[in-house]
Amino acid sequence: MSPGMTSAPALWHVDPATFATIVGMALVTYASRAGGYWLFRRIRPNPFVRAVLGYLPGTLFVSYVSPALLQGGPPQWVGAAATVGLMLLTRSIGWAIMGGTGTAWVVWLLLR
Amino acid sequence: MTGEPASFTRAGILRGMRRSLPLIVGLTPFGLVTGILAQAKGLSLAETTLMSALVYAGASQILALGAWTVPAPIVAATLSAFIVNLRMALMGPVLTPWLERFRGWRVWGTLFFLVDHGWALSVSEMRAGRNDLGFLFGCGVLLWVFWVITSILGHLLGSWLQPPPGHPIFFAALAAFVSLLVPMWRSTRDLLPWAVAIATACLVAWLLPGTSWHIVAGALAGSLAGAARDSTARSVDLR
Repeated sequence: MSPGMTSAPALWHVDPATFATIVGMALVTYASRAGGYWLFRRIRPNPFVRAVLGYLPGTLFVSYVSPALLQGGPPQWVGAAATVGLMLLTRSIGWAIMGGTGTAWVVWLLLR
Repeated sequence: MTGEPASFTRAGILRGMRRSLPLIVGLTPFGLVTGILAQAKGLSLAETTLMSALVYAGASQILALGAWTVPAPIVAATLSAFIVNLRMALMGPVLTPWLERFRGWRVWGTLFFLVDHGWALSVSEMRAGRNDLGFLFGCGVLLWVFWVITSILGHLLGSWLQPPPGHPIFFAALAAFVSLLVPMWRSTRDLLPWAVAIATACLVAWLLPGTSWHIVAGALAGSLAGAARDSTARSVDLR
């Protein structure tokens, strides 16, 4: 992979390990999409499992975000605060991402 | 759900597509970031397109690309995609009144295109008394097309811009997760599981840097803590 110009192989090359990773991700993602309905027609999960699944999305996202923010600096911290603020105000993921990234960029330029 | 049995019509598909159009504003930066990140991690345009077309789940793609290694992290990326996307297993059962009327591709093909936003629109459609599975299919297909297009654009822009590592454009990936986190906060009941998740994730990230185990450990520890607290509360109520 040359860092400069994008060559034809850089555009069309498919690495076997990368392909296997994509297929693996695609299979488990489809299993998640279809598997819930497929299972639901057969079994009834108990309340404890339902409670765990209910908490999983939020806890997973904070587990991704918190160490990354801890390792970041003022641009990331101010940018994250701006993202949360914009999300609460506009309820639009698009505006929140753009505004938060723009804010982080401004802080980064000011501190450079 | 009472009323007419569910249908799968062309009008439903078109209605789903129309209703999802405004969501493209939210999807575009997410798709661009996925493409830019893929380009920065050395994925070719073909690999980026394949990933977006086959996986079609932004959070898991950004998560995998953020922790990308050479050779590609087959086990880690597959496992983390499963954990990130497991939430979608909860979405299908809610739409049972629409799905149970059908067999074959109408069910299993439509579920390939299941995404958070399309699902949310379909739930409100169902609550309004409309019973057209084509709506979910229309939402999913339209968002899939724009997801693939914006990923490709991001990859092309990324190779043209070549942002250095540490550039704030990469913060957009983190900002996407932060923005998705906001609607996930339901009530103060989330406080304990989130606090346990944050503490566990930060500890594991410090112990095992450069992996994505902190996400698995944090999510499981936080969710188990929340469910354990709830079942303790329930048994106290019963007494």
